[in-house]
Amino acid sequence: MSGTALPLLAAIAALLLALGPVTAVTGSRIAGWGVLVLCCLGALIDLGFLIGGARPQSLTLAIGLPGLDSVLALDGIAAFFALLLFLVGAAAGAASLERAAGAASLERHGPLSATAPALPVFVGAMVVTLLAADAFSLVAGFELMSLASFALVLSDHRQASVRVAGLLYVGMAAISGVCLIAGLAALSRYGIGFAAMRAHPPEGLRAVLVLVAVLIGAGSKAGLAPLHVWLPPAHAAAPSHVSALMSGAMTKVAIYVLVRVLFDLSGPAQPLWWGLPLLAMGIASAVLGALRANLETDIKAILACSTVENVGLVAIGLGLGLAARAADISALASLAIGAALLHAMAHGLFKSLLFLAAGAVQHGAGSRQLKNLGGLIRRMPYAAGALLLGAACLAGLPPGAGFAGEWMLFQSMIAAVRLGGLGLQIVVCILAAALALATALAAAAAVRLVGIVLLGRPRTEAAAQAHDAAPPLRWAMLGLGIVVVLIGLVPAGVLGLAGPALRMLGNTDMAGRAGWTGIAAQENAAGYAPLEIAALLVLAALLVAAVLRARAVAGHRTGPAWDSGFGAAPAWLANGDPLTQYGGASFSQPLRRVLGPALLGATETVDMPEPGDIRPARFSATTLDPAERWLFAPVARLRQHLSGVADLLQFLTVRQSLAVIFTALVAFLGLIALLEQI
Amino acid sequence: MEHIGFGAFSYDLAHLLGAVVLVLSFALLSQARVTSVINTYALQAWALAAAAGWQGWVQHAPHLYITAALALFAKGIVIPIALHGIVTRLRISRGIDTALGIFPTMALGVMLVALSILVVLPTTIQSQALTREDLATALSVVLLGLLMMISRRTALTQVIGFMSLENGLILAAVGVEGMPLVVELSVAVLVLVAFVVFGVFFFRIRAQFDSLEIRHLDRVGGAHR
Repeated sequence: MSGTALPLLAAIAALLLALGPVTAVTGSRIAGWGVLVLCCLGALIDLGFLIGGARPQSLTLAIGLPGLDSVLALDGIAAFFALLLFLVGAAAGAASLERAAGAASLERHGPLSATAPALPVFVGAMVVTLLAADAFSLVAGFELMSLASFALVLSDHRQASVRVAGLLYVGMAAISGVCLIAGLAALSRYGIGFAAMRAHPPEGLRAVLVLVAVLIGAGSKAGLAPLHVWLPPAHAAAPSHVSALMSGAMTKVAIYVLVRVLFDLSGPAQPLWWGLPLLAMGIASAVLGALRANLETDIKAILACSTVENVGLVAIGLGLGLAARAADISALASLAIGAALLHAMAHGLFKSLLFLAAGAVQHGAGSRQLKNLGGLIRRMPYAAGALLLGAACLAGLPPGAGFAGEWMLFQSMIAAVRLGGLGLQIVVCILAAALALATALAAAAAVRLVGIVLLGRPRTEAAAQAHDAAPPLRWAMLGLGIVVVLIGLVPAGVLGLAGPALRMLGNTDMAGRAGWTGIAAQENAAGYAPLEIAALLVLAALLVAAVLRARAVAGHRTGPAWDSGFGAAPAWLANGDPLTQYGGASFSQPLRRVLGPALLGATETVDMPEPGDIRPARFSATTLDPAERWLFAPVARLRQHLSGVADLLQFLTVRQSLAVIFTALVAFLGLIALLEQI
Repeated sequence: MEHIGFGAFSYDLAHLLGAVVLVLSFALLSQARVTSVINTYALQAWALAAAAGWQGWVQHAPHLYITAALALFAKGIVIPIALHGIVTRLRISRGIDTALGIFPTMALGVMLVALSILVVLPTTIQSQALTREDLATALSVVLLGLLMMISRRTALTQVIGFMSLENGLILAAVGVEGMPLVVELSVAVLVLVAFVVFGVFFFRIRAQFDSLEIRHLDRVGGAHR
C-alpha cells in the first residue's frame, strides 16, 4: 500500500479537479456524488498509508512552471491533514446532495447550480496544496483553493451581505497569496523544491522575512487574529456544506502550510522566539473568537467565530511546540504539537458537524438568527442531536472530542514554564490564564447556542413548523458524529495517526504517553482516561435513571406550575410571546457589559424620548472588532490618503511632471552612489 | 585598440572633447538669451562631432565618422538654423524666462556632475579608464539636459534641453567600443522626429495662445482645480 498511496491520492486530486468542468456540463448532483466517493476512497488510502508507517514518498510530474518539474510528496504531516480533509470532504459532498435533492426541479438553474462545479475543484485544490512538494505547486493549490471557495461563498450572491463578505474574503485572499508567495520566494534561494529548501534553511533577516510573510499569508487564511476579520462573514455567507469545508478543512490546510514552512522547511535550528508570534496570535484569536461567539446573533457566525477561537488554540499548541523544539525539550514539543494536531483533527470534524446541523436548522426552520429559532429539539431530532454533540465538543466537555486536545494544550502550557527564565514564565502564566478565559467563553457560547436554538419555545411560526434534515444530510451528520465520538473516546488513536508527523516535527511521538487507557502528559503519570470517564458517566446516568424509576410515584397528575415568567400565550401566537423568553441577546448581555467595552469596544446607547413624546424608546448595542479598529480602518485610511496623493500627480504641470521624473532619477542615482560608498 | 590610459594622447584628447561637451552644457544653462542658447547648442553639437570623430579614429571604427557627420550637419548646422528661423518668424521674445535662477541652476548642475561621477566610477571598476570617464561625463550631460528642461519655462529652451540630453546619450554611445551604428542612427533620427514634432508644437501653441510659454498647456492636461 505504502508505495502506491501517493500516485493514488494524486489521481484522486486530478479527478476532483476534472470533476469541476464535468459538473458544469452535467448538473450539480454528480459533484456531490463524486466528492463523496473520491473523498471516501482518499480517506481509506490515506488511513492505510498512515497505519502502514507513513514512509515518505515523492512523485515528479512533468507539468508546472516551464523548465521545472512539479514535485508531489506524501509524508506523515501531509497525510494527517489529508485524512481530515477527506473526512470533511466526504461529509460535505454528501450534504451537498441534500441541497441538490431539495432543489431537484431546479437542478439546472437552482441557486446552487452555478457554483456547484467549484465544490470538487475546491476539495481537489486543497488536496494539491497538501501533496505539493515545491513552492509553485503549493502556491497554485493554495490560490486555486482561495478562488474556488470565493466562488462558493458567492453562491447566494443575490444578498448584498453575501457580496460584501465575498469581496472582503477575496481581498484578504489576495493579500495572503501575495505574502505566501513572498515567503516561499525567500525560501527558494537554491531551488523551488522542498528538498532544496530543507537543505538550505533560512537565516537572519531572510528567516524573519519568511516567518512574517508566512504568518500573514497562511495565518490570515487560517483566521488568526488580527487577520480574522474576513472569516466570520465569509463562513456565515457560504452554503452550509461549504462552510463546513471552509471551517473544518480549509483553515486546517492553512495551518498545514504554517506547519510545513515554519517547522519543516525552515529547519529545526530556528531560535526560541519563533514560537512567540504564533502564541500571541493564537491567544488573541482564542479570546476574541470565543468572546465574539458569545455576542453574534447568527448561528453560523457564532460557529465561525468559534472557528477563530479553535484555530487560535491550534496556533498556541504550534507556538509552544516551536519554542519547545528550539529549547530542545522534545517531550514537551511533541506534547504541544500533538495537542495542536489532535485539536485540529477534532475541531475540523466537530465544526463540520455543527455547520451541517446549522444548515439543517436554516433549511428546516427558515432562519439563522437566534431570535427566530427555539424549541427545535422536538421538531428536528437529528439536527438537534448533531448540534448537541458538536456543542459538547465545542464546550470541551470531557468525553467529547474537544476536551482531549485542550487538556493536552493546558498540560503543555503548564509545562512550558520550563522553557525559559522569569520573563518567559510570566508570559506563559498570562497566556495560560487567557487560555482558560477563552475556553470558558467557548463553553458559554456553546451553552447559548444549544439553549436558544434547541430549548425553550419556538420564537416564530417557521420554527414551530420546522422539519428535520433530509436523508443525505442525516447520513453525513451521522457519519461525522460517529467519527467525532470515536475521537472523543480514543483520542490516542488520533495521536497514533499523528505519530509520523510528530516524529518529523518534534523528534519524538506520544508513544508511552498515549494509549487505549488514555493520555498522560508524562510517562507513568496520571492522565486523562476518556473511556473510563465515559463508562462512569454511563454508570451514573443508569444509576440516576434507576433511582428515578424506583422512587417515582405511580401515575402522574397535572397541577399549576410556576411558569418561569412565560405568561399565558396571547391568542394570536400559539407559542407564547417570544419576547418573554430569555433570548440570544439577553444571554450575552452580561458578557458584553463585562468584557465588551475593553475587548470589543462595545457601546450601548439608550434613546429615551421625553415625557409626552410618542416616539418609541430605542436601545442599541454595537461592537467593533479591535482588528477592524486598530488594523483595518487605519490601513483603509492610509490607502485613501495615498490615493489622494497619487491623484495630485494628475494635476501637475508639464514642467512639474518633468521635475518629478528628474527628482526620482536623481534620487535613484543618489541611492546607488550611497550604496557604493557603504 | 592598444591599451590607453592617463598620459596617452588618444585618451587625453577624448577626455578633453568630452569635457568640452560638458562645459557647453553648463554654458547652455547659463545663457540668458534665446539666440545664444541656440548658438551654444550648435557649439555643443560640433564638440560632439569632434568627440565622435576622434573616437572613430582611435577605435578604428569608420562608422563613427557617420555619427560625427550626422552630429555636425544635422545638429550643428540644420537644426540651429531652423530654430533661428522659428525665433524670427514667431517673433519670440529674446529673453529667457527661468523657473530657477541662473546661479542656483549652475550650483545644482555641479552637484549633478559630482553625483554622476560618484555613481559611474565605482560601478564600472572593471571597465577601461576611458569608458569610465566618458560615461561619467555623458551621464552629467544627460542630467544637465534634464535640468535645463525643468528650469526653463519656454518651449524652445525645453526642446534644446531635450536635444542636449540626447547629445549626452550619443557621447556615451561613441565612448563605448563596439557599439553598433544602428543605435546612433536611430537616436539621430529620433532627434529629428522630436524636432519636427516640437516644431509643429510651437506653431500650435503659438496659434492657440499667442505665446510659447508652456504654462498655457497646463489647462489642456486637465490641471484646473
